[in-house]
Amino acid sequence: MTSGCFVARVAFGVDARVEKPNDVTGPVSSSEPGQSESAAVSSGGPVAAPVSEADEPAEAAAGGAVSPPDQCDEELVLRPLRSGDIYASFQFRTQWDTDFLHHGKKVSHYRLFPKSLGQVLSKFSVRELHISFTQGYWRTMQWGQPFIPSPPGAELWVWFHNTVEDVDGNWKELVNVLSGIFCASLNFIDSTNTVQPSASFKPLGLGNVTDHRFLRYATLPREIVCTENLTPWKKLLPCGSKAGLAVLLKSEKLFHSSFHSQAVHIRPVCKDWQCTSTAWELRQTLNVVFDIYTSGQGKKEWSLFKMFSRTLTEACPLASSSKVYVDVTDNPEGELFDLSPVTPLLSTAVVLGDRRTYSVYDLTKKETFGQLRSLNLVLRWKGESGDMLRPLLHAERYVAGFGLQTGEIHTLIYNNHPYRAFPVLLLDSVPWYLRLYIHTLTVTSKTRENKPSYIHYQPSKDRLRPHLLEMLVQLPPHSVTEVTVQFERALLKWTEYTPDPNHGFYVGSSVISALVPSVVAMDTNSTQERPLFSSFFPTKEESSYFVRVYTEPLLVNLPTPDFSMPYNVICLTCTVVAVGYGSFYNLLTRTFQVEEPSQSLAKRLANVIRRIRGVPLL
Amino acid sequence: MGLLSDPNRRKALTTLLTRLNTPICVVCYLAGIAWFMGLAFEPFTLRTYMSENAMGSTMVEERFPAGERALATGREFAGHKRKAGGMPVDWLVKTMQDRGLEVFTQSFSRTLPFPDENKERYMVRGINVYGILRAPRAPRTEALVLSAPCSPDNSNNQAVGLLLGLAQYFRNQIYWAKDIIFLVNEHDLIGMQAWLEGYHHTNISGMDYTPLQGRAGSIQAALSLELSSDVITSLDLILEGLNGQLPNLDLANLFHAFCQKIGVMCTIQGKLQRSDWDTAEGYTHAVQTMMLMVLKQASGRPWGDHGLFLRYHIEAATVRGVNSFRQYKTDTTTVGRLLEGMFRKLNNLLERLHQSYFFYLMPSLSRFVSIGYYMPAFGLLATILLLRALDLWVQLGTPTEVTEDGVGEVEPVSINNQGSFDSPLTHIYIDLVLKSWMLQFKVICCSPLRFISGEGTEQGWRVLKLVALLYLAVLLGCTALINFSLGFILAITLVPVAACVTPHLPKAVSALAMVLLSPGCTILYCVFIFQELQEAPVSLSEGWMLFLSVISQGILDHSLFGSLVYPLLALLVYPCWLLLWNILFWK
Repeated sequence: MTSGCFVARVAFGVDARVEKPNDVTGPVSSSEPGQSESAAVSSGGPVAAPVSEADEPAEAAAGGAVSPPDQCDEELVLRPLRSGDIYASFQFRTQWDTDFLHHGKKVSHYRLFPKSLGQVLSKFSVRELHISFTQGYWRTMQWGQPFIPSPPGAELWVWFHNTVEDVDGNWKELVNVLSGIFCASLNFIDSTNTVQPSASFKPLGLGNVTDHRFLRYATLPREIVCTENLTPWKKLLPCGSKAGLAVLLKSEKLFHSSFHSQAVHIRPVCKDWQCTSTAWELRQTLNVVFDIYTSGQGKKEWSLFKMFSRTLTEACPLASSSKVYVDVTDNPEGELFDLSPVTPLLSTAVVLGDRRTYSVYDLTKKETFGQLRSLNLVLRWKGESGDMLRPLLHAERYVAGFGLQTGEIHTLIYNNHPYRAFPVLLLDSVPWYLRLYIHTLTVTSKTRENKPSYIHYQPSKDRLRPHLLEMLVQLPPHSVTEVTVQFERALLKWTEYTPDPNHGFYVGSSVISALVPSVVAMDTNSTQERPLFSSFFPTKEESSYFVRVYTEPLLVNLPTPDFSMPYNVICLTCTVVAVGYGSFYNLLTRTFQVEEPSQSLAKRLANVIRRIRGVPLL
Repeated sequence: MGLLSDPNRRKALTTLLTRLNTPICVVCYLAGIAWFMGLAFEPFTLRTYMSENAMGSTMVEERFPAGERALATGREFAGHKRKAGGMPVDWLVKTMQDRGLEVFTQSFSRTLPFPDENKERYMVRGINVYGILRAPRAPRTEALVLSAPCSPDNSNNQAVGLLLGLAQYFRNQIYWAKDIIFLVNEHDLIGMQAWLEGYHHTNISGMDYTPLQGRAGSIQAALSLELSSDVITSLDLILEGLNGQLPNLDLANLFHAFCQKIGVMCTIQGKLQRSDWDTAEGYTHAVQTMMLMVLKQASGRPWGDHGLFLRYHIEAATVRGVNSFRQYKTDTTTVGRLLEGMFRKLNNLLERLHQSYFFYLMPSLSRFVSIGYYMPAFGLLATILLLRALDLWVQLGTPTEVTEDGVGEVEPVSINNQGSFDSPLTHIYIDLVLKSWMLQFKVICCSPLRFISGEGTEQGWRVLKLVALLYLAVLLGCTALINFSLGFILAITLVPVAACVTPHLPKAVSALAMVLLSPGCTILYCVFIFQELQEAPVSLSEGWMLFLSVISQGILDHSLFGSLVYPLLALLVYPCWLLLWNILFWK
């Protein structure tokens, strides 16, 4: 972590040697392209820049200026989990109304959108950027599906504009810049852990680019996420952490949890339904799960104060909407838990294939805060909670075997749907030092071979690029599909070992992307309430939903030399060289001649003594 | 180098070695034994120290409060165990779930090759129950294991109770960085073997088991707990695992450090440490402790449930509570605090335990002998074999008189002896092993054998002995590298036989001596010595019964867990002894 920050700062230090001062908040007009480009990166403390910007529009809004073109929304979803834990998901969306499609036109006017990110977008011709930092593993079996999934560690995937010529060069610079912005070790991303998935990661925004030459995907499973990543993330928010939902984001509580994930997604979106004009959308999400035992003292009672040690008092003044949703689907008559204060507002949505009902608290309305002028949602469980419905799709992965020579990676994918088969895309990116024996790749479900209908395999090159394996596998209903592949552990050069080689080496999560048949379509109860004419064919948007599931990363031990080895090696080589050289030199330079039969040892000794005494020899 | 490149000096050296061969051998043998016995002498040993920085300097507090509740859980467990007539699976699953763990079960079955009389089992069927405490904000890559066997009789209930108590306490803590697996295994080692094979998805022993549903990444360390009474006087640490493998010494250091910190009496091999090393009693005590470790290690058996972890490169040890008649007692809360402390330190580990020694002997819990100190003892014994081989080599070389300088000595051995045997050496060796194996029963009847074609000449037996000596040296050398104790014990008895045997000895006496020094008899002596050291001496007939059960256990260990001692003795060491036997009865 620290090293990541440090390196990134150095990178910025190099870039920052330009004429432009940092306090440029207004439009930077008519500067030369080259200059403005360097200025784009030079915004100095890129971390500090958005905050100063946030102040200016705040004044503008307070002054009652014309309705600004940019807008931002914030929301918090609380989902009580059956295990007694609670899942809190923050989403902050900032839209930047700028015409990015005109390439070459430099945008330099920023209101709500953080300047540091905007400059990155224009400098590196980024079309879409998704970055997530996660500490912990999402327990699908206990918690269900998250709203936005992410693998443990850091994940970064970027679509570049199709006009970019040197994608790899741009990518390399971009990760270093992002490393500085988020204070993370993203600069460890290089060609050995970057892949170009052909099918798993499609653009989520506008545009129809599917040529995966412009896509780069990398994960750092080892990345540890902590407050130093949270602070720069919070500074990208329009209100910072000063107002609105963001006041809840206190690190001492957020990191006292079972799971913590924060992400930034940037993509181009339509401004209206006809898509006549476009905008950049910046979505910042933060997901956190609080544990009933460690955070809740074993009591099934949650409140905003208990979770975040803060309550809500106002919405972010810049936000056009600011809402708190509480998932009350399992609790229609209040038999499972009490929720206070009570809100009359309910909203229904199909989320992840399931129809959910939410209580809504609108923070822009004054009555939400009540007499005390603060909102402290309290959620008190009453009864025993039952078991959770098994998620329709989940996966796990482990390394089999023992010893330090070979091993086998097993990936198990579960389809728990009772009668529907569906295809999934499996993406595996394995570092080169695990040499996959791809001929041993087997896919079996229900003890029979399951032939993938699409395989994209790119073998690794030592010290250059990782293995990439993408497969389209059909999962039979109610089955476990097992993907196994054997590997050999490579012996690294001694400088390639990490400082803690006996800890093991990480292999990033595999990614399983799927369109999962929806539970709603399965559910006959919900169709009963609806008009008959509407419910025969399942509607498209409800019949299946997109899910991405990440498996756990692997920790693999490689054969590790004893690192007192250099010492031994020096000693051994010196000895061998000395002995070998000595004897060879001796043999090569010696002249052989006939000699008198040698004297006995005693006689020779006697001669030595005689020589010392000066007496004639024997 | 001049010594070797100068033919005359070389000759002088070889003549010296051949002339003084016997005295040197005797000196080597005595020196080897003396060196070994000296290992237990305290001034010659090193004090143990914590090598791993992650465990050494970090502070942890032990706050486990709920020993009494753990004992109550243990009693509840005992009740359910009695009711279920075995592992109370449902109760355990529910109890673990209530404590906030992810609980899974694994059923297994195994039919032994023949009934195990010690434990009275033949068809083994059981269920392992384990719960995983998921560490907060950890990506399921690393885990620690705490296991307690569920034994069929009324013992070890307190261990399960304490395990559940610790699970409950650990679950409420935020500081875990590694997942913790709480495992209750049935049928001790067989259940453990099934679980480990299931966890690593291997099958080396032909076990039937259901695949595991939940995993927690690579296991970094494991502790197995055995506790059969509410209060204990001391805790015993058991280290010896399968094939004589030992866990990293830091694990023993960790245990010792916490025993001292918390004030629990701790033992190794059931022996307390004495402070009077300079007295004869103190020294004898240390020798006894070390000899017990050597004998246990040489047996190649896992001496606790931890023993099977070592194959998977997981550092593991068994902690056994001992309740004797001493005054001073320790309650379960204290044992719980000790385990909590150990787990918290293991939780702090950044890397696997690797800093300290993997090869060591312990004359007491605070003293150890590292591989560099004990290997010379074996090396001295192995030198005898090489010296004898050199002697024979020279003897074989002299009558041919190829050249004076000895360069041509290579040929006479393999070529000039065509009269004695037709086939090359390797062929003979394979032949010997196979034949000796087939004709074992004849050997047992002490009939002198001749299975090398052609006339038995002086040259013939010398070549045979040379082969036998070199073979034995290589065999013992390799064994000692893997399992020092086994190699050393075999060397003590086999080296004199190999060094002395010739056809010219008095047949009856030497045959008797050879039988007394055979590998089988070595095992018998070891049984008696072991019983003596454990202060449970046995009569001759009991000893014989024990000897038989040791042999059957060895075969069982081989087929169940893949222990190598039985095949090593039967396929490699015993044929070698037969070679020597053939030399004695050479015609």
